[in-house]
Amino acid sequence: MKRRDFLKSVTGVAARALVPAPAIFSPAKADARSETLLIVSEGGPNNLDIHGVGTNVPGYEVSWNCYDRLITHEMKSGPGGVPYYDRDKFKGELADDMKIDDMSVTFKLKKNAKFHDGAPVTSKDVKWSLDRAVSVGGFPTFQMSAGSLTKPEQFVVVDDNTLRVDFAKKDRLTIPDLAVIVPCIVNSELVKKNASEKDPWGLEYTKQQTAGSGAYKLSKWTAGTEVIMERNDAWVGGPLPKIKRVIWRMVPQAGNRRALLERGDADISYELPFKDFQEMKANGKLNVVSLPFSNGIQYIGMNVTKPPFDNPKVRQAIAYALPYQKIMDVVLFGLANPMFGASADKATEVAWPQPTKYSTDMAKAKALLAEAGYASGFETTISFDLNFAGVNEPLCVLVQESLAQLGIKATINKIPGANWRTELNKKEMPLYTNVFSGWLDYPEYFFYWCYHGNNSVFNTMSYKSPEMDRLIDGARNAASTGDKAAYDSDVKGFVDLAYKDIPRIPLYQPFVNVAMQKNISGYQYWFHRRLDYRALVKA
Amino acid sequence: MLTMIGKRLMFAIPSLIGVVIVTFLLTRALPGDPAAYFAGPAATKEAVEQIRKKLGLDKPLIEQFFRYTNDLAHGDFGNSLTTGQPVAAEIRNRLPASAELTLLGLFVSIVIAIPLGVLAATRPGSWIDHLCRITTTAGVSLPVFFTGLVLVYVFYFRLGWSPAPLGRLDVFYSAPPTVTGFYLIDTLIARDLEAFRSALSQLILPATTLAIFSLAPIARMTRASMLAVLASDFVRTARASGLSPSTVIVTYAFRNAMLPVITTLSMVFSFLLGANVLVEKVFAWPGIGSYAVEALISSDFAPVQGFVLTMAVMYVLLNLVIDILYGVIDPRVRLEG
Repeated sequence: MKRRDFLKSVTGVAARALVPAPAIFSPAKADARSETLLIVSEGGPNNLDIHGVGTNVPGYEVSWNCYDRLITHEMKSGPGGVPYYDRDKFKGELADDMKIDDMSVTFKLKKNAKFHDGAPVTSKDVKWSLDRAVSVGGFPTFQMSAGSLTKPEQFVVVDDNTLRVDFAKKDRLTIPDLAVIVPCIVNSELVKKNASEKDPWGLEYTKQQTAGSGAYKLSKWTAGTEVIMERNDAWVGGPLPKIKRVIWRMVPQAGNRRALLERGDADISYELPFKDFQEMKANGKLNVVSLPFSNGIQYIGMNVTKPPFDNPKVRQAIAYALPYQKIMDVVLFGLANPMFGASADKATEVAWPQPTKYSTDMAKAKALLAEAGYASGFETTISFDLNFAGVNEPLCVLVQESLAQLGIKATINKIPGANWRTELNKKEMPLYTNVFSGWLDYPEYFFYWCYHGNNSVFNTMSYKSPEMDRLIDGARNAASTGDKAAYDSDVKGFVDLAYKDIPRIPLYQPFVNVAMQKNISGYQYWFHRRLDYRALVKA
Repeated sequence: MLTMIGKRLMFAIPSLIGVVIVTFLLTRALPGDPAAYFAGPAATKEAVEQIRKKLGLDKPLIEQFFRYTNDLAHGDFGNSLTTGQPVAAEIRNRLPASAELTLLGLFVSIVIAIPLGVLAATRPGSWIDHLCRITTTAGVSLPVFFTGLVLVYVFYFRLGWSPAPLGRLDVFYSAPPTVTGFYLIDTLIARDLEAFRSALSQLILPATTLAIFSLAPIARMTRASMLAVLASDFVRTARASGLSPSTVIVTYAFRNAMLPVITTLSMVFSFLLGANVLVEKVFAWPGIGSYAVEALISSDFAPVQGFVLTMAVMYVLLNLVIDILYGVIDPRVRLEG
């Protein structure tokens, strides 16, 4: 072939490829398309097993859909009529029956439940999986301990189909903690076969493939590129899902994710800028669901161990100086629940989160600051996590501008995502913004992690108050014994105290936003805020 | 020839050792604690320590280094923490994706830039010279991600001519069995024309983006070098001897003007390969550039080290190839064996 001919043919092919190709080539492909859900998101999993070392949040989504738990939550109607998980109602997933006694709970397994490889699910598998969750260390073990599940001895095999969980102590969070993502049931024989002496729990094996009994099974995973899952037609955990196949592609560019949605190529996406969600909501071509994070708050935190923020007056001054409404309008485009500006006579509720009575009032802020002896202001730094720069950066700029009016010179300190946790752990940042949300939606759970004097990682302010500890412990005790009156007064007590001492200033309750095509229905909100493919329907 | 190649490779060894040491130390000097990062948002101090131990980061630096070099000697680049995969396998899978895109981009660029440069040099000050100046200036001053986004917006979002920017293949095609790792070649080997067409149409926009960006250095270098050669004595002699203009330009001038162009090409190629992160991001391209950057952001040591090492080896090889090419094009610079 002569060079010129070659060039001609190459350009010819290129030109043909540019001609609008019909999206669908054959009827078989059309079927595939209508039974396949195409999800696009920014990041993908790094590990398919939530028990693994450092499994990231997208990995939780695979675990949730490919593994079963003993029990799961019922649905109720949430804000805007969107199905929302019911914190207080449970139903069996692998368990047929759950019997709660004084100091234990007994589960009967569904007899016909099978793992993806056809092996029956037995109580031995359940025990092995729960033992694994409390033994592997790191996040899964930590999460189990939040429900007072700490030792393998607590899980007792009664017979092939029956398993008993003994309570270490009375704790209202034990049952809910069995319905989170972590206590998933793993095919113990299969994983043991692939375990080694160095890796007794087979974490290397389950990192790359799923070994569960869930509604979906993994068919292909290319890290950083795509995850493909097929429906498990033998699933007994609930009604058979409608979607046969899920293709989950990683598209790093937010603008392209939006273009893919608007062109109708992708079915569902999340993690878009708020501005995009707000515009898509307004133009009405797609369904956009926005729901508040359960038990979650974005806040401004202050280190109370060091001046000037060791002075409650200074903290209150800051709370009066924040540009709350501007943040809601400019940064979030209204997609959040305000957590400020409750009217002065509003009684504290037994609920969390709830708004503070602070609102922007510069005169009051100035007066408080003068009272504290900082009439001419001071210098400080305000830090944020660059991983969430889309929200954090404009937010911090607005706060910086506002504080400048009080003579407070705040330098913005951007911290790379990899470094953020380390910095939080050091507890040295004077002023910062952060978000916290708990899987278990109970006020005392939130307060235990964020305000208790045992100074957990999330008590980022190093706040310590004997009165606060008494109220939190009181509420936890009252919850486990069912003493409603004491519980209510303790919850109100710790909310009031938190807002009076104000070591962290709540800004808003963030929304989780999901955009999908009009023909997609059945979206459910879960505490983990990831997608549940099992309920989705593509018309 | 073979002795020359052997000698050149020998010289490369000290620099590779240097690269290994420097990348190891640099990644350790990065801010950020991988243990805290991978322990997750809900980790206690003990959990972080447990992870640190599992990752072997509690050992002294020197021991970590020896373990690392020992693994390297066995061809083990370690495991990436962000993607959970062995780094060697990831680089092997991703390098062809980047290489295919870059080669195609470079090819398109050469096809346009070299004739443009030659024409501009033979008619300085004419409209074609101005055209050359304008396109190259525009190409180099538009940031790649911007060009990429504009192309996606126009050809995918507005016109719908181009397929969705979803990586190397349409979602509903499966990848061809790997032979070369280049989808354009592998699909042809597998005789799957639909997949070939899909792979090609996915490539067009990102390759064009890269081509627009790399037009400038190639065209400008061709023009400058051609101008210098055209002004030299032997060209005047050739013209005076009555040779046809095309013979003068193609046979005499162009061949002599090639050397700096080849050097520029090698620079552009290696630069594009490592630096087309933004194009890879825009087109969700599973290449090594985006891989390395993501690893860097999450202080994931192993992929960063693997990436730098791979790039270093590629530079060494590329330079070798260029030196050999020099000899082929111009016998005067043939290196002593």
